[in-house]
Formats: sequence, C-alpha cells, structure tokens
Amino acid sequence: MTWVNAIVQGVLLGGFYALLACGLSLMFGVMRIINLAHGDIAVVGAYLVWLLATQLSISPFLAALLVIPGMWVVGYAMYVLLLERSRRAGLLVPLLTTFGLAIVIENVLLQVFSPDVHSLLSSTGSLATASVSVGGGLSISALGTLIFVTAVVVLTGLQLFLSRTNAGRQMRATAEDPDAAELVGINARAVYARATAIAVATAALGGVFLAIRSTFDPSTGPTQLIFAFEAVVIGGFGSAWGTLVGGVVLGVAQVIGEQVNPQYAVLFGHLVFLAVLAAPQVGILARRGQGL
Amino acid sequence: MIHPRTAPLAGAFRVQRWTRVSMASVGVTLFIIAVLAVVPFFFGADVDEQLTVLLIFVILAVMWNALAGYGGLISVGQQAFIGLGAYGTIFLTQHGFTPYLAMIIAGLGAGAVAIPTSLIMLRLRGGQFAIGMWVVAEVFAILVSLDSGLGGGTGVSLVGLNVFAPGYRQAYTFWITLACATVLLGLVFFLLRRPIGTSLQAVRDDEEAAASLGVNVVRSKRVLFVVAAVGCGIAGSLYLANTLFIQTGSVFGVQWTAYMLFMVLVGGLGTFEGPILGAIILYLIQANFGNSGAWYFIGLGAVAIAFALFLPHGLWGAIDRRLRLRLLPVGYTLRTRKATAPAEPEAAAGEG
Repeated sequence: MTWVNAIVQGVLLGGFYALLACGLSLMFGVMRIINLAHGDIAVVGAYLVWLLATQLSISPFLAALLVIPGMWVVGYAMYVLLLERSRRAGLLVPLLTTFGLAIVIENVLLQVFSPDVHSLLSSTGSLATASVSVGGGLSISALGTLIFVTAVVVLTGLQLFLSRTNAGRQMRATAEDPDAAELVGINARAVYARATAIAVATAALGGVFLAIRSTFDPSTGPTQLIFAFEAVVIGGFGSAWGTLVGGVVLGVAQVIGEQVNPQYAVLFGHLVFLAVLAAPQVGILARRGQGL
Repeated sequence: MIHPRTAPLAGAFRVQRWTRVSMASVGVTLFIIAVLAVVPFFFGADVDEQLTVLLIFVILAVMWNALAGYGGLISVGQQAFIGLGAYGTIFLTQHGFTPYLAMIIAGLGAGAVAIPTSLIMLRLRGGQFAIGMWVVAEVFAILVSLDSGLGGGTGVSLVGLNVFAPGYRQAYTFWITLACATVLLGLVFFLLRRPIGTSLQAVRDDEEAAASLGVNVVRSKRVLFVVAAVGCGIAGSLYLANTLFIQTGSVFGVQWTAYMLFMVLVGGLGTFEGPILGAIILYLIQANFGNSGAWYFIGLGAVAIAFALFLPHGLWGAIDRRLRLRLLPVGYTLRTRKATAPAEPEAAAGEG
C-alpha cells in the first residue's frame, strides 16, 4: 500500500512541477528561448507573496492575487528590456543573458532577504494539514489536490487560449514562422512580450505554491528550473499535456526514490530524465513541430 | 568542406595565418611562460598560490570558450568535470597513487567520463544542452555525496601533499599548474587551427549547412566536448591541490559557470586571446571585491549581461576589430595579393 500511496503523492507532486514547467515550455515553443532564470523568477514570486502575507498579515492566496498581475507586468518589462535585444543578437545570446539574470536575481535576493529559509506553510491555516482518507491507509492531502487542480486548470486555460482565441492563434502562427506571421499583420514583438508575461506570471504562481508546500531560500531557484526543465523534456517539448505527463512522471520517480532511500529522491528524478534523453525518441508525448 | 586554400578566388587573394605580430606574440607568450616558471625561486608561497588561482581561471576560461565560442555549446554544467577531477584525485590518492600523478589521471578520467556523457548530451542543442549539462553536474554531485569514503557531503581533504613543506608544496603545485595550462592551451590552440576548428565554427553558425558540406557534426562536437572535459577535470584537481579541501556543494557548484561566463564574455567570446584577458580581469576583480559577498556576484552577472548585449565579442573583440591584432592566430585572414592593407572584416574567415 505504501507504493500506491507513493504513486498518488507523486502524481500530486507532478502537478506542481507541471505548473512550474508550463511557462518554460511556452517560451521555448514560441521564441525558442530557454529562460535560465525561470526558477529564480518563481522564487521571486515566492518572496513577494511571503513579504505581503507577513507584512500585511493577509492570506497568502490574497497576496498571490496581487503578486501575479505584478509579475505579469515584470514579464513584459523583462522581454522589452532584456530578451528582445538578446533574441536579435543570436541563438545563444538569450542563454548567456538569462543565466546572467539568474545570478543577479539570486544574489539580490540573498542581499535583501539574507540566506534564511522561509515558508508560508504555517500561514495557510488548516489547509496545510487537511487530508482526506480514502481508506486502506491512503490519504490525499488537500494542499496537494489544490495544486494539482490549479495546474490542470492553468494548462487547460493555456491550451484553450492557444487554440481558441485570436491572440492564441497569433502566438501559434508566430511560433511557426515569425516572418510569415508579420506578413499577415501580426506584431511578433507584441506576441513574444505576451508569451514572456504569461511565462513569468505562471512561474510566479508556481513560486506561490513552492512557498506554501515547502521551504525556500535565495538559492532555491536553480533546482526549480531543473525540475521544470526535466518535466518538459520527459513529457516531450510541444504539448501542454506532455508537460503534465512529464511532471507526473518526474514526481512519481522522486517519491519512489524517496521510498527506497530519502537521499535518492532527486537522483531518481534525474535518472528518469537521462533515461528519456537516451531513448530513441526523446519525450513521451513528443509531437510534430508545433508551437506549444 | 571548401578549404580556404582551394577556394575559387585563390588567385586574387592569399590566405594568411601568421603575421609578424602574431609570430612575435607567440615568442612573447613562450617568454612569459619561462618567466612564470622561475617565479617560485624569487617569491613566496602566497605568490605561487595566487598565480595558481589565475592559471586555473585561464584554463577554465579557455575551455568554456572553446565549447561556447567555437563549438556553440553553452554548458551550465562544466562543474561536473571540475568536481570529477577534484574527487577523482581524492579517490586515487586513497588508493595509493601519489597526489600529482593522481591529479593528471583524474583529469584524463573526467575526459573518459565525458565520452558516454556526450552520447546523451550531444543529442541536445542550445538551451536544452545547457540545462542538460546542469543536470549531469547535479547527478555527479549527488553520487559523490552518497559515498561516505569521499567525505559525503561534508567535504574531504587532500592528505597526500603533507609530505612536502608548505613552501615547496605550493611551488610544486604552481609548476604543475603552469605545465598543465601550457599543454592544455597549446592543445586547444592547435586543435582550433586544424580543419576541425573550422568545422566546429561552421557547426556553431549553422549545423544543417555544415552537415551538408560534409562536416561530421557529432564527431567534431564530441572531440571538443572531451577536450573541454579534460581541461575542466584537470582544473578541478589543480584547484584541490591549491586549496587542499573540497566540498561537493562548492566544487560542483554553478558559481563555476558564472565565473566562466564572465571571463569569456568580458574577454571575448569566440576569440582565442579574449578568455585569457577575461581570466586576468576576473582574478583582479576577485582579489579586490571577492569579499563583497552577494554584491560581487551581482556585479559579475550584470557585467556579463551588458557584454552579451552590447559588446558580444568582448574586450578582445573590440581591440581586434580596431587593430586587426592576431596574437595567437587560430583563424584565417584573406588578403588581396597586391595591397598590403588588410581585407575587409567580412573577408576574414574562420575567426568567430
């Protein structure tokens, strides 16, 4: 029964990774940019929510409602100030500048907030400990379920946005061929800025849940980036559902690793990732070269 | 691949590799190496230690630049090989090898590990390769920290060097570092001057086009990847010999990549001389601001971003563009037969 329990916990954990990963996947799909500061941006979201929640004594969820629109604007600014120029300078330049940005963010957080470890777990009230017992020693935590449901809602929303709305169609067209998209009157720059804003806002949402479900400190970012990236690669670049599947596979691998030996949790996730890379076709749901 | 010497316009142009300036500068380089070699006779152990740090920076910068600037492979995980070199040295000394021999074997061992690693990692491109290497570094760090014989996560000391008096030990370590730096830089220099150097730059600029011209893309990348791993592995073992104590958290830490990125971007991505200049600059900054904690890294990151955006070929690139200075030539310069004036920069092939 512990194994069934491990798989259930792993699936719920996978929802969290999918939430972190969807912005990374969107930016790569639309712009072919991998944002190496993605994890640190999530941690910025975590710090902002923690700051608002503790300073104003408000619920973290209320604080998140203020932080996420703010991070949306930050995403726009990040595109205009940093990524636009990086993208035009060459394929590899965005990697260099976003890695530089990651170093800057991490150390600004260290300077401002000290290396102390924080968590919002205690300020979420009964949600943190609530769980539903489904019998046979199997229990499902309310917080894990909330995160998983949020991830599914966000991924569904992204998929519907891309397939049904005009802005989403523009994004797919730009991802497919930016020059042709410009010919039919799409402002590729605006599309890229919007994609970055969505990515940064979803990363911040992931950061909110990071702060609630575990602890964080200024050096937490790189680990989040690696997990998000592993979820995207395991699932296969190119589909929102792939990201969810990838997150779930990663989550289950980590929880099973933890069952074997607590020190193996992260290692098992990495090994599954490397095994997927070594497979003839990389990614479980890898598809034809679609935008997302 | 069309070799410049057999290119159609060969009659009107001549291909130049060596200039008087570059031949003189190679002489100067050899002279500097000779001067460095006698430093321990005249200065104390602290000078040896500082110069060892500088030379380790030079090795790392040249290796990262070879990967990124000539191969188009931006790695966020070269600390994987730095850590393997350092911990490999510990492992070998625990099994009866003398430390200095262990350092060289461990460096070559990092290269041996790079061969199977390359089978997986070189399937990835761009950002995927970058983070993929980061995962590799994390995996090695976890595996090492699980081994209690290597000190677990708490760190381990290199004990075998205690047989030397501190002054002699530091001098020996410096000489080994100088020898390794000379051999490794020479290796990269001659590798980039051979056809594979041109092949790699073609792959960096357009992988499909290079493949269509007959470049063996995977083989070229693999050779470079393994050479860079050996360089980083030896740099790691030299770092261990210089500090005598390592922890998985620091030796496998991503701050190494921050250093390498800074040195290469500031010095000049895709130039041979630039990273050496970048290493000297990083060394001077670290000597003056290394104790500023977070501000030090904020500065490094911000300067690296500024260079990537506004001066993509770094300080050396800017010097080179004005003076056409090729001190250590790895590229080809196309000159017209009659005029002695250098051809337009567009005509220069092979140099990034």
